[in-house]
Order: sequence, then C-alpha cells, then structure tokens
Amino acid sequence: MEQLASLIAASINSGTPLLLAAIGLLINERAGVLNLGAEGMMLVSAIAGFAVGYTTHSALLGFAAGAICGMLLSTLFAWLALLLATNQVATGLALSIFGAGLSAFVGQHFVGLALAAQSSGIPLLRDLPFVGPALFSQHWMSYLALLLCAAVAWFLYRTRAGLILRAVGESPESAHALGYSVHGIRFMALLFGGACCGLAGAYLSLVYTPMWVEGLVSGRGWIALALTAFATWRPARVLLGSLLFGSVTILQFYLQGIGVTIPSQILSMLPYVATIVVLALISRNPDWIRLNMPASLGKPFRPGAS
Amino acid sequence: MLKAFPLKLELRGAPSQTMTYLSPLLAIVLTMILGALLFLLLGKDPVAALKVFLIDPFSGKRAISELLLKSVPLILCALGLTVCFRASIWNIGAEGQFTVGALCAGAMLVWLDVPGHGISGTVGLILMICAGVLGGAFWASITALLRDRFNANEILVSLMLTYVAQLLLMYAVNGPLKDPNGMNFPQSKVFSDEFMLPMLIAGTRLHVGFVVTIVAALIMTVFVTRSLRGFSLTVGGVAPHAARYAGFSSRNALWMSLLISGGFAGLAGAFEIAGPIGQLLPSVSPGYGFAAIIVAFIGRLHPIGAVFGGLIMSLLYLGGELAQSRLGLPSAITGVFQGMLLFLLLACDTLIDYRLRWKQQA
Repeated sequence: MEQLASLIAASINSGTPLLLAAIGLLINERAGVLNLGAEGMMLVSAIAGFAVGYTTHSALLGFAAGAICGMLLSTLFAWLALLLATNQVATGLALSIFGAGLSAFVGQHFVGLALAAQSSGIPLLRDLPFVGPALFSQHWMSYLALLLCAAVAWFLYRTRAGLILRAVGESPESAHALGYSVHGIRFMALLFGGACCGLAGAYLSLVYTPMWVEGLVSGRGWIALALTAFATWRPARVLLGSLLFGSVTILQFYLQGIGVTIPSQILSMLPYVATIVVLALISRNPDWIRLNMPASLGKPFRPGAS
Repeated sequence: MLKAFPLKLELRGAPSQTMTYLSPLLAIVLTMILGALLFLLLGKDPVAALKVFLIDPFSGKRAISELLLKSVPLILCALGLTVCFRASIWNIGAEGQFTVGALCAGAMLVWLDVPGHGISGTVGLILMICAGVLGGAFWASITALLRDRFNANEILVSLMLTYVAQLLLMYAVNGPLKDPNGMNFPQSKVFSDEFMLPMLIAGTRLHVGFVVTIVAALIMTVFVTRSLRGFSLTVGGVAPHAARYAGFSSRNALWMSLLISGGFAGLAGAFEIAGPIGQLLPSVSPGYGFAAIIVAFIGRLHPIGAVFGGLIMSLLYLGGELAQSRLGLPSAITGVFQGMLLFLLLACDTLIDYRLRWKQQA
C-alpha cells in the first residue's frame, strides 16, 4: 500500500513536466504552429531555472526565469516561422540544436551543484493516509500544472478567444478574412507555449532531479510533442497521457528496485519505446488523425499570397 | 513596432537562383559576426578567438588533415539526409543510425579480432563496414516501416530511436562487448591495426574513408540529378500530387531514401570505429548526426554542397576543440554556433523567395 502510494506520487512527479510542456504545445498546435524546438526551450529553461534557483534560493524566481527564457526562445521561433515564413520543421530543429548547445555551454559551471531540499505538498491533506502521500505531497507546480490544464480546456471550448484560436488553426484564411490577425494570435500562442515549456524545463532542474547535467531533458520535449498527437489535441487526454508516460518512466526504476534482472540501459529505453509504440498505434488510422489534427498544422500562413 | 520598421518583404516573381547559393555564405558571415560579439561578451578578444576558429585549423599539414578527417562522418551523414530531405522525408535520426552503425561495426570486430581466427585484415575490414552499413540501414528501416505500415510521424520516431540507439550502445559497452581486460571501463577492446582503415597520408590520421566519401558524393550527385529514381524522389518531395500522377510510388521513395540515409550514417559510424577511434566507446558521436542536418541544408540539399557544408561544420567542431584548449571556453560552444548557423541560414533563405524593399511613405 505504502509502495503503491509512492509509485503514484512518483508518476505524478515525472508526469508534471510532460503535462506542462504538452499543454503549451497543444495551444501552439491548436493555433496551427508546430514548434519542434520544445526540447531546446526546455533545456535552456532548465539551466536558467537552476542557475536562478541556485543563486537566489527561490524556486519561484527559478520558475519565472525558466518561463521567461522559454518565451524569449519562442519569440525567436515566432520571428522566423511567422514573419519570415521559414519552414517550421527546420526552424524547430534549429531551436532544439541551439538550445542543446547553449544550455551545455552555459551550464558548465553548474554541473554537480545541488539545491537545498524544499518542503512540498499541501498542509493537512498530505497527512491523510494513502491519498496524502500519493496525491497531496507534490511540489506546488504539479498542482499548478493541473489547474493550467483545466484552464486551457476551459479557454479552448468555453471562451470566444479559444474559439478564435481554434479557427486560426483550422482555417487561417477564414480567420484572416474575418479580420483576425493570424500572426498576432499565433505569436501569443507561441509565447504561451514557450512559457509552458520553460516551466517544464525549470521543473526538471528545480524539482524533479533537482540538479543540472548536460542534456537533462533527455527527450522529454519530443515525448511531449508526441503526447499532443496521442491526446488528439485535447487537454483532458493530454493529462491522461502525461500521467501514463510519467508512470512508464517510473516503471523502469520500480522494476530495477524489485530486482528484475534486465540491464538498466534496456529499462531506460521504456519511455522512448513506449512513445514509438503509442505513435504507431494512434496514427494507424489516418482518417482519425485527419479528423482531429488542426488542419493548418505546420503550414506557414502568408497573408496576401495566393 | 513592426509598422515602424522601414524595410518590408516583397514576394519575388520567381525564386532567386543567386540567393539560393548566396544565402549559406551570408549565413556563415553573419554567424561569424554574431560569434565575434559573443566572444566580446565573454571577455575574449574577438579577433584572436575568430582566428582560432577560422585560421588555426588550416595551419599545417596535420591541422588540415584533421579538418578533412572530421568532415568524413559529417559529409556521409549529410549525403543520406540530402536524399531524405529532397523527398520531404524528415529523417532527423541520423545520429541514431550512425550509433547503430558504429555499434554493429564494433561488434563485428569484437567477434573477428581474436588471435588465431585467421581472418585477413582486408576481409575483416570489409565485413565490419558491411555490418555498419547494414546496421544503420536497419535502424532507419524501423522508421520507414512504422511510417509505411502505421503512418507514424517519422520525425518523432527517428528521434526516439536515437535515444534507444544510444542506450543500446551503452548497454553493449557495459555488457556483451565490454573489454574483459579493460579495468571495467565501459568500452570495447582496442582493435588490432590490421582491421583499421589504411592511412591516406603518412603521419596523419586521415584515412582512405575520405576518398570513399568524395566518391560517394559524386555518385550521389549522379543519382539525384541524373537518374530517374533520384528525380522521382525529388518530385515526390516538391509536388506529391504530380508524383502520384506520374506514377512514382511514394512508398518506394520513403523506403529508398531512408535506407540510403541509414546506410550512409551507418558507414560513417563504421569509419569512425575503423578510423580515428579504433574501439567502441559510449561517446562515438559528438552529435555528428544532428550537425549533418545543418550540413545538408547549407549544402542546398545537393551532394556536392554537402561536401562544402561538411568542411564548414568540421571547422566549427575543430574550432570548438581549440577554443577549449586555447581560450578556456567549453567546447559546447560548437553547439551554440551550430544553432546560430541554422537559424541564420533559415532567415537568409527567406531572401530566395522575397526581396527586401524600403517602405514607401504613404
């Protein structure tokens, strides 16, 4: 029972950065922009968050630094992909390569440092039997991520702005004809996505590990991108998916812990193999993907060009 | 804010041929200027720092041979990616295909390179190179299969497979392929000299793989520009509907481009094992497969262009190593430069389709 509670808690912990990043990417993609730079943004935000958190001893400032870095990098992406109408796939790749290089470069001085332990969990509730350690002993950012997910669901389906955002993703030409600024809305979406990826990166270095090593994010940005497709671009399913992938990540440690004689490197492949399998399963039916995918995803919009 | 900007982009009537070739040069120059600013920010003399990146790798026979040596894996990977990107197959997992190629080549040598096995060096070398090529092609074929059968996005699959490949290599050098007399280091034994690639120039590390690379670039040039298969790939990438109308199979294009790409990446991995490294290490690739993406773009998706792009990228790698020893900067600065270069290249490429015009005062 106690073990199960700690497994659930660990899954939520490792699912949180995926949830944060995937919710941001979901908003990007609902507006029709594919930002493959998630990994790079998360890496830079992870080191920025760690550096600020380490020097100021404040997780809050660390998260703020991470979010700001994510927004700065997504602005760079927006400038290229929206204003200059560059290929979104190539631009996202550039952002990921740049982020990997920059974070490794800046992070040299922070390797091997550790953060002071932080108190976490919700007072009173965390003392409850079973549900306390399982659900209410997380870092506050996990609960914020949950709120964010609910807020995004409400925004997309219950507000006028959300409707406009979806319209831009489905048919930028129509939205443009109605007088909405496609680039303006996409830029806002990218900023939000950048901030979310930034929080996710900062969560990894401030809470999850908590330390900095080169390549700390280890593919979680890409897994988050896969998650949005897995969730067929719906917030509730993103939540489900990130918990699922969080628990897959934890499964390897659990299996090692109970003494399964599979080499650790093979077990570490689990999240990546799971991503591939899930991608194959959900993409199998092209009609289903076509129905759910924002119609203009990845296509640059050039107002005035026929 | 944007409205006040005095320049605007105006669509050209037709893509500019000049800008297509000028854009990479412009991007390189801009990268150097930004790089100089970066060095200035870091408190280093920008002129001295740029000299380390641009001049020092050309100082003498040994330095130049190292430059050519490092370009081999970059060019080989980029040759394959050139084919993929022409066909609009976004294989970004060359790094993983390279790793598996190196792993298979290394495994082959661990198996062959035992006293009294009676395999001649040449035969062994050919076998290991075959293992590398097949390994790389096999790894790419997983992506092709999942895309073909299940419509799975090749970007994400090929990238996830890169992580899997690296873990597979870690497992191999920690387990079955570990050198039993290696003080428990995660690496294979150092392979005998007879199985290593012959040197091209005595006294340097430049091996015959460089000649193979140049020949491969020439063959690929003929393939993509002069053969029907190469042509059908490009048409499929640029105009899928036209390709279907012409009867070019998109499935063939998918498999062919990924197998070629994986094969080249695997060959690059085998050459690294049989060349400068000489054993199987966890760190066989300092990101060659990812850098090759940039190389392919700089090379304008042309095999000959990839040779030039590979040499430029090799310069960045050597510059990063020299920056560490001579300027005391982390060699990770190479990654920063790589990212900047690709960003600037994409930005400059806008000028192929658009021209800059001064805004007229209304």
